[in-house]
Amino acid sequence: MTLMQLDPVLARRDEIHRIAASSLRRRLGLSRVAIAVCTLFLVVALIPLVLLLVFVIGKGASAWDVAFFTHLPTPAGIPGGGISNAIIGSLIIDGIAAAGAIPFGLVIGLALAEANGRIASGIRFAADVLAGVPSITLGIFAYALLVTTLGHFSGVSASFALGILMLPVIIRASETAFRTVPGALVEGGLSLGARRVSIARRVIIPVALPGLITGVLLGLARAAGETAPLLFTAIGNQFMATNPTQPLNALPLVVYQNGIQAYPDLQKSAWGTALLLVVLILFLSVGSRLVAARLQRVRR
Amino acid sequence: MSSSPSVPRSGTATGVRRVLAVSDRTYRGGLGIAATLFVILLIAFVTSLAIKASPAFAHFGIGFITGTTWDPVHAHLGALTFIVGTLETTLIAMVLAVPIGIGTALMLSHLAPLRLRMALGTAVELLAAVPSVVYGLWGLLVVAPWVRVHVDPFIAALFGHTSIVGGAQLGIGLLLAGIVLFVMVLPTMVAISRDVLAAVPTEVIEAALALGATRWAVLRRVVVPTARTGILGASTLAMGRALGETIAVTMVIGNTDRIPSSLFAPAQTMASVIANEFTEATEPYHLSALIAVAVILLAVAVLVNVVARLLVRSVSRQQSAVGIGVL
Repeated sequence: MTLMQLDPVLARRDEIHRIAASSLRRRLGLSRVAIAVCTLFLVVALIPLVLLLVFVIGKGASAWDVAFFTHLPTPAGIPGGGISNAIIGSLIIDGIAAAGAIPFGLVIGLALAEANGRIASGIRFAADVLAGVPSITLGIFAYALLVTTLGHFSGVSASFALGILMLPVIIRASETAFRTVPGALVEGGLSLGARRVSIARRVIIPVALPGLITGVLLGLARAAGETAPLLFTAIGNQFMATNPTQPLNALPLVVYQNGIQAYPDLQKSAWGTALLLVVLILFLSVGSRLVAARLQRVRR
Repeated sequence: MSSSPSVPRSGTATGVRRVLAVSDRTYRGGLGIAATLFVILLIAFVTSLAIKASPAFAHFGIGFITGTTWDPVHAHLGALTFIVGTLETTLIAMVLAVPIGIGTALMLSHLAPLRLRMALGTAVELLAAVPSVVYGLWGLLVVAPWVRVHVDPFIAALFGHTSIVGGAQLGIGLLLAGIVLFVMVLPTMVAISRDVLAAVPTEVIEAALALGATRWAVLRRVVVPTARTGILGASTLAMGRALGETIAVTMVIGNTDRIPSSLFAPAQTMASVIANEFTEATEPYHLSALIAVAVILLAVAVLVNVVARLLVRSVSRQQSAVGIGVL
């Protein structure tokens, strides 16, 4: 009796090899097809995003000249108009929003970083949910609270809505930054007899500063491009206005209001303004990333 | 010690301790007040909307949610048209965004060459920050004409002339709104899914590879199931964005107060009707009804976001983009 006859597996060796090989072929084939589909999806995802940037840069850049940044809007058909009032208006609206939201958000972030109770995690969760609230509902809040009380549309009511939009980003980013401060530093300060407030001012805030800057820049980036809450707060203005208690123009409003017009020169100014917004926001986002990267390097 | 500015110079040890205790209490109190103010702000937000919406809810009752007539002049107001519009645009966006988003996230977390992963990952995150009004402008002036000429006839031919693809092919309408929303929520979907997919422990992947699994089998049977909760969370979060998106949708949906009979028909969502009519609402109940629509929208968005955050939080670490509340 040979070995082959004794061992049934050995006897069917060739058959088993064949089955294994065909299974491997099938599995490898499936793997290749599936990965090709994923690659296709990546391309499908990238095409519209690339096209968006191409159009915004291409159409926007052709609208840019000196007058575009320094002149007031002109009626459709009259050349030489600009968006100077929207630039000033956006600076005022976003500036007031930031002036309110940054200190408020940072203090709440600090409070959340110092606390670990049920209430703190509830507030943290509320901030996260607030980040996903449709911005138009915050516009209605600002309308109900400020526009109806003042009796007219105004820049500050827009600042109020945008400030609330910035809050969750600043709160969560600053809390994360405050929490990265090593406990030993805080305990060192405590052991020297320092007051909590001095530790916050002299240890926690300086160490967390890069993270705080990241959070503030991201918050600004989020607020600067928002349009929906401005529709019934700042509402827009064809003239140069700098009084925040009066209606103001803003960059996102120009993109929306001019973009939906049928006049080519208004659409052109909408593209130019869109490019300005995208440049501004990418600048803020990239800036926040560089600050974060620097933080990583220093820590290492 | 006495040179340290944070310690009071004079007084006994007890005095120092008392000063410290008072100071620390003030500090904690200050933080507590800020946190309380935040909670008050949130409560004020919800109650002010509820108060302004209550006349409409009281007057129209349940009919406000089930009615399809939107006639401000005769004060017949039912918001079902807009609820349906929001659900349909969101559905179109998610049908496209979920598979394409997961595929792209797999590429960016496991399949693409390392350098490409980093570059594309950053690019996707930056695109998530592009304002929605820019997506709307691009959708209206670039995508709409293209959809009218190329996509609408193609889909109409694909499905034959059934009623869901009937009617005029205008470019703007339900389908375009869905497509623009898809492009808008894709960066969010990809960035978060990539984070949770990348967080799957290497040991599990190596164990599967050691058992002879192919690359796809590892992803399909090990990586995706492990990250399932996080991907569900990412999809829900993207859905929350799609539901509440206002300005981009308003620019491309055609703004017609009718339940769309076809994929190509113009429609209206909860957010777009508010954006369109809010400043022109002078008839009785009109403004209140629009705020009531906002209350419904807010309730849906909060519900979706609570679910999403719970799902994502259970898997993602604090340092990710989700943790710092960016996406």
